[in-house]
Amino acid sequence: AMDTDLSSQDRKDLDKFIKFFALKTVQVIVQARLGEKISTRSSSSPTGSDWFNLAIKDIPEVTHEAKKALAGQLPAVGRSMCVEISLKTSEGDSMELEIWCLEMNEKCDKEIKVSYTVYNRLSLLLKSLLAITRVTPAYRLSRKQGHEYVILYRIYFGEVQLSGLGEGFQTVRVGTVGTPVGTITLSCAYRINLAFMSTRQFERTPPIMGIIIDHFVDRPYPSSSPMHPCNYRGGEDTSAVYPSVEDSQEVCTTSFSTSPPSQCVFTVTKAHFQTPPPVVTDTLKVPVMGLAFSHQLSSSRLSYQPAALGVGSADMGYPVLFAGGLNAAHPHQLIGPGKEGGVPLIPSQPAHGTQADQERMCTPLDGVHYSAATPSSSEDTETVSNSSEGKCGSPHDLLETIFIRKVGAFVNKPINQVTMANLDIPFAMFAPKNVELEDNDPMVNPPGSPETESPLQGSLHSEGSSGSSTGNTHDDFVMIDFKPAFSKDDILPMDLGTFYREFQNPPQLSSLSIDIGAQSMAEDLDSLPEKLAVHEKNVKEFDAFVETLQ
Amino acid sequence: RTCRCAPPSGAALAMNCRAEVLEVSVEGRQVEEAMLAVLHTVLLHRSTGKFHYKKEGTYSIGTVGTQDVDCDFIDFAYVRVSSEELDRALRKAVGEFKDALRGSGSDGMGQISLEFYQKKKSRWPFSDECIPWELWTIKVNVVNLANEQERQICREKVGEKLCEKIINIVEVMNRHEYLPKMPTQSEVDNVFDTSLKDVQPYLYKISYQITDSLGTSVTTTMRRLIKDTLAL
Repeated sequence: AMDTDLSSQDRKDLDKFIKFFALKTVQVIVQARLGEKISTRSSSSPTGSDWFNLAIKDIPEVTHEAKKALAGQLPAVGRSMCVEISLKTSEGDSMELEIWCLEMNEKCDKEIKVSYTVYNRLSLLLKSLLAITRVTPAYRLSRKQGHEYVILYRIYFGEVQLSGLGEGFQTVRVGTVGTPVGTITLSCAYRINLAFMSTRQFERTPPIMGIIIDHFVDRPYPSSSPMHPCNYRGGEDTSAVYPSVEDSQEVCTTSFSTSPPSQCVFTVTKAHFQTPPPVVTDTLKVPVMGLAFSHQLSSSRLSYQPAALGVGSADMGYPVLFAGGLNAAHPHQLIGPGKEGGVPLIPSQPAHGTQADQERMCTPLDGVHYSAATPSSSEDTETVSNSSEGKCGSPHDLLETIFIRKVGAFVNKPINQVTMANLDIPFAMFAPKNVELEDNDPMVNPPGSPETESPLQGSLHSEGSSGSSTGNTHDDFVMIDFKPAFSKDDILPMDLGTFYREFQNPPQLSSLSIDIGAQSMAEDLDSLPEKLAVHEKNVKEFDAFVETLQ
Repeated sequence: RTCRCAPPSGAALAMNCRAEVLEVSVEGRQVEEAMLAVLHTVLLHRSTGKFHYKKEGTYSIGTVGTQDVDCDFIDFAYVRVSSEELDRALRKAVGEFKDALRGSGSDGMGQISLEFYQKKKSRWPFSDECIPWELWTIKVNVVNLANEQERQICREKVGEKLCEKIINIVEVMNRHEYLPKMPTQSEVDNVFDTSLKDVQPYLYKISYQITDSLGTSVTTTMRRLIKDTLAL
């Protein structure tokens, strides 16, 4: 009965506003966790497609996921739209960082004008969301993702689930907008005990695992929606089939997905890529993902896993991240690392990729020379020899380098095979060194034995085995010591971070310490009478000297 | 015609103008970034797209783009409106404030104010009135640090503080308190600054005061910096 006060046109408008507000909210949140700086242009002439007069890009996959979660409904009392942001480490441990909640309560504002005031206030609320997404702890974590962890998002609709945030989580309210049908509220609940996850590099010590252990995600809600990586980006295939708002600005369309298999998953990828869709591997269920992660962390590269393997299996979901730089089935999908830890994918046809993408791919390789790889990886490299050309030399080299790193991580591998790499390469540097250490290293997850055609194919074949290394080693994915680029540990057996910490607080100079100072002063005092006697004897000389100065 | 504007302090409060005060302690080299972060965050919320008036009093609004800014001296990032003109204007004001803070007679304490006002036309010979409706004051205390370790801690601490300030600002914005009515075409320049080519902030002005060591404000440093849109 209360709703009859609202004209039907107003009601329709309001519903549309709320729907698009929800979609834009998701875009802002996910984009803020991509690990990159976001930039859009102001335009004085209205284009008509910029909702709420804000230039917020629409990543098609994100819109798709949001729509899927909403399933045609709108946030209402008891039915909130939640965007869950979580972090996943190389071992496969994950932890919820934030839950962003778009809720509706019953408090109605009958007087408010829908088409004008509500719209403008929703616009203001989106601006607040832009600002707030940069000030919660997860922002800084997400800017540094890519090497040792990644940031994932998950959208669900229904009741808010905050239990995964640990104790003492904090809440920040982004804002509220009253409407004739209820008050929209937008808030964020975020975990605060991130102490061990400082934004400095991770310590490779067991405590990390200990702390995360109770957050290891065995999802209590089996029907929960898929997790998606925030920064897993797809090719620039602009013929994306998503019916949603076309993104007119230059940005990589993303394609992510994870998690429990559903037909939609394959539809999505199928629509998106010309080449066979990537394999979807649920990171939580398939142990092999851990290895894919390990590799990803050691190489900070991504690629697609070929679809041919294991598609349709109940344990397959979307990959969160794909490790490795090559892909036998998808020679064109060469992935490169991005700046600041983001890991964008290179478009399938490099000719169509943007300059920016290719530059991104090359960024970490600048100034580094890669030499020919070990022959053991020749099969793999052949399959990708027709890969896209990056600006930084042939992808052949790039891919070979990856092999080098992987090889190095393997204890069984003879060292001479490993050290064919040019030792000036930052990552190759630690590869041979860690050969002995790796097998005792708890952080190393010896993966299942991969085939040699493609490390990724191999890893998928071994999904059943969760830990035995069979010596088919050169394409295994292993977590290796994170060493900052260019740090050499032959002079001092420590990495840059440790060095910095140790030498940040040098001990005080001994001459400045009180005891020694006092000691020398006592000595000075004792010797004083002698010195005075000498001076007195020579007083005439001193006087003459002084005269010459005047 | 110049605008006779009341000074940001007492008179503004008397005029029912919303006033917010934020305080920060920063190292000298952090002053600019910290001020820009706060000012840009406020202006993000107080800028719209350009208005395009059509027949019959309707208007359409342009699009506001945004971009991330990373601070070099603070572990902090913020979002600002994508408008180079606006950014330049703020940087100019903040630069002058920073220089004044460094100058003699200053104990490293000062405040910078961002005031939003409306113009009320008066008949000749009276000049137009500027009526402030929102006033943001950032009080700054510049600290000197002894060594690199302290500076590192300061980077982080100031970053955390700024996060709190952003949350405070957003809280205020969310109150949906008084905002000037959307103007007709003839009135738009009394409410908005229409001089920028890509965005349209509410009319604003920035001024600052430097406090000398006695805690009193040094008179001549009171400056009116930007956005006197009545300059004909």
